[in-house]
Amino acid sequence: MMEITLNHYLILSTLLFAIGLIGVMRRKNLLMLFFATEILLNSVNIAFAAISHYYGDLTGQMFAFFVIAIAASEVAVGLGLLIIWFKRTNNIDLDAMTSMRG
Amino acid sequence: MFEAIAFYLFAFLTVAMFSITVLTSQALYALTSLAAGMIFISAFFFLLGADFLGAVQIIVYTGAVMALYAFGMMFFDTTRELKEKNSSSMIVFGLSGLAALMVVVIFVTPIASEHISAIYPMHENVGNTQEVGMILFTKYLVPFEVAAVMLLVAMISGIVLAGKKMDRSLTQMSEEEIQSMQESDKKAVL
Repeated sequence: MMEITLNHYLILSTLLFAIGLIGVMRRKNLLMLFFATEILLNSVNIAFAAISHYYGDLTGQMFAFFVIAIAASEVAVGLGLLIIWFKRTNNIDLDAMTSMRG
Repeated sequence: MFEAIAFYLFAFLTVAMFSITVLTSQALYALTSLAAGMIFISAFFFLLGADFLGAVQIIVYTGAVMALYAFGMMFFDTTRELKEKNSSSMIVFGLSGLAALMVVVIFVTPIASEHISAIYPMHENVGNTQEVGMILFTKYLVPFEVAAVMLLVAMISGIVLAGKKMDRSLTQMSEEEIQSMQESDKKAVL
């Protein structure tokens, strides 16, 4: 209980990942969906850093850096697209994005 | 002892903050609690001895990403209540089952992989930032450069996508100018 092991960090990471999954499932607003994806990426980062620490290997931290870079570029492109969509339709609900429906 | 206290404190705080982010119906609460959760996550990185990663987490997430989201939220109507989606319960059950399975896998994995050896081992008397620099600029140089190009592409695409007509300000235009601009926009969309 008092000694923090790798399992503690991995369980925390899973908990946060599950919270992010709940967000992805229940959100309808696309901006809130982006928040949930940020939570997903961050929970994975915790797992990478914990494994890196407990195995004495730096590879985990390297992967965490690249995950952060990907998250940053995802936000930039996603928000740009979202702003264009909002200017056109005045709405960012997922249910309204049905222009590709056959 | 102190590590355990810090771990449980920050674990509780992050879970609480991210739960607020996911469950609240106010967009502003979601944004602020997400920013708080990001800072609390950096505490785990400091606990784990990944100092540079923690600093990067604070700078990138609460500095850049949160500013970007706050900027993006100015475009959207954030004061109204968010509607939630009532998807079919089959998807919810399937995904929660998947999450439970993931917990089991995570419990089992450290037992199954006890004889892992480090590819890039840490050294005793070298700082974390120095080690990260040495590995990043020797073993991970190509991925690093590719990530740099990817960030450049993302920056340019962000400018191109969101920066259209940013030079025109609606507050400084007269009514007729706004009217004519909206009509020309409609023609462009159609």
